[in-house]
Amino acid sequence: MEHAISLFFRSIFVDNMIFAFFLGMCSYLAVSKTVKTSIGLGLAVTFVLFVTVPVDYLLQTKVLGPNCLVEGVDLSYLSFILFIAVIAGMVQLVEMTVEKYSPSLYAALGIFLPLIAVNCAIMGASLFMQQRILLEPTNTQAITSVWDAMVYAVGSGIGWTLAIVSLGAIREKMQYGDVPRPLQGLGITFITVGLMAMAMMCFSGLNI
Amino acid sequence: MALFNKQNKEALTNPLNLDHPILVQVLGICSALAVTSQLKPAIVMGLAVTVITAFANVIISLIRNTIPNRIRIVVQLVVVAALVTIVSQILKAFAYDVSVQLSVYVGLIITNCILMGRLEAFAMQNKPWPSFLDGIGNGLGYAMILVIVGAFRELFGRGTLLGFQVVPDACYDMGYMNNGMMTMPAMALILVGCVIWVHRAYFYKEK
Repeated sequence: MEHAISLFFRSIFVDNMIFAFFLGMCSYLAVSKTVKTSIGLGLAVTFVLFVTVPVDYLLQTKVLGPNCLVEGVDLSYLSFILFIAVIAGMVQLVEMTVEKYSPSLYAALGIFLPLIAVNCAIMGASLFMQQRILLEPTNTQAITSVWDAMVYAVGSGIGWTLAIVSLGAIREKMQYGDVPRPLQGLGITFITVGLMAMAMMCFSGLNI
Repeated sequence: MALFNKQNKEALTNPLNLDHPILVQVLGICSALAVTSQLKPAIVMGLAVTVITAFANVIISLIRNTIPNRIRIVVQLVVVAALVTIVSQILKAFAYDVSVQLSVYVGLIITNCILMGRLEAFAMQNKPWPSFLDGIGNGLGYAMILVIVGAFRELFGRGTLLGFQVVPDACYDMGYMNNGMMTMPAMALILVGCVIWVHRAYFYKEK
């Protein structure tokens, strides 16, 4: 239990997908113009993470790992293709659900909903999970069971959502600011995210 | 058809300035920021992405007429994933220390938006040779930013370039200090922001 709590909070604040690893930057910069769409995309990403990471964990430990299917055969070089297939399938499902139950959100997210499939945050979480399986169980970052994988996925998703919602709020206010012309739009957004990342660095010594 | 007529030349050179994948189209930011704390992994990553973009473009362009429209994203992903798997195995075999440094970011080339963006926007409509040039151009544009940011961060953060000491010892004796901030993730964002600033100030002067 302690391990799960520590994993959860670390994945939100210390190993934040955006501020520590820059994962999912493309949609992060493109969709964060308002708070409302930011929340929608954040929730969609969290949900896809929540489903795909545990599935990929089971694939990695039961099918791909050394000596799983055939004695003496290590299939982990196939992990890229299998992980991306799981993610693409899941995103298709989420897309159909959102289209049916919330057409306005579907229209607001536009092309970025199907593009969650190529959102680095999702693939990145699966690949980090794959690395963390090999860690010692005593390490606070280790993922030793499917529950850990689930906790890690939800934590990463919440961290990503927090990041995109706060950037959305800042950008809403920044529209009224007096920014030098060549810096407007993308340039100032980058520098803002840089400053936010610096602020998040204060969590790096967090011990739970 | 000439190999380098005007149109093909534009496919190669436009991504390097006016149509730059990172600075103008905002694609492939994630890995561009994460691998640039030193110059060497930045160069390797840039080369890997260039090769993969070029070959993925060629393959998709060859089979573009046989792909059913509905499942094209999945087909593209599988082609890219196969190429990335090959590159990752090659890196592990011949440049193990760099592949450890790059860690998950080699795998994340699959989800690099430059690849998907170029496949969708260019390779699906064009013949293999222009697609190849377009892939090379976009890859080099991406590599360019990586090298600029990587060089800045390594020079000011560690005083070295490619692992060799550049800042002379005399400077350290005079009280010069490495800026540890530069090796932190946050500075990568700010540096890319400044590169965008310079690029826009230069190319949009007339507007």
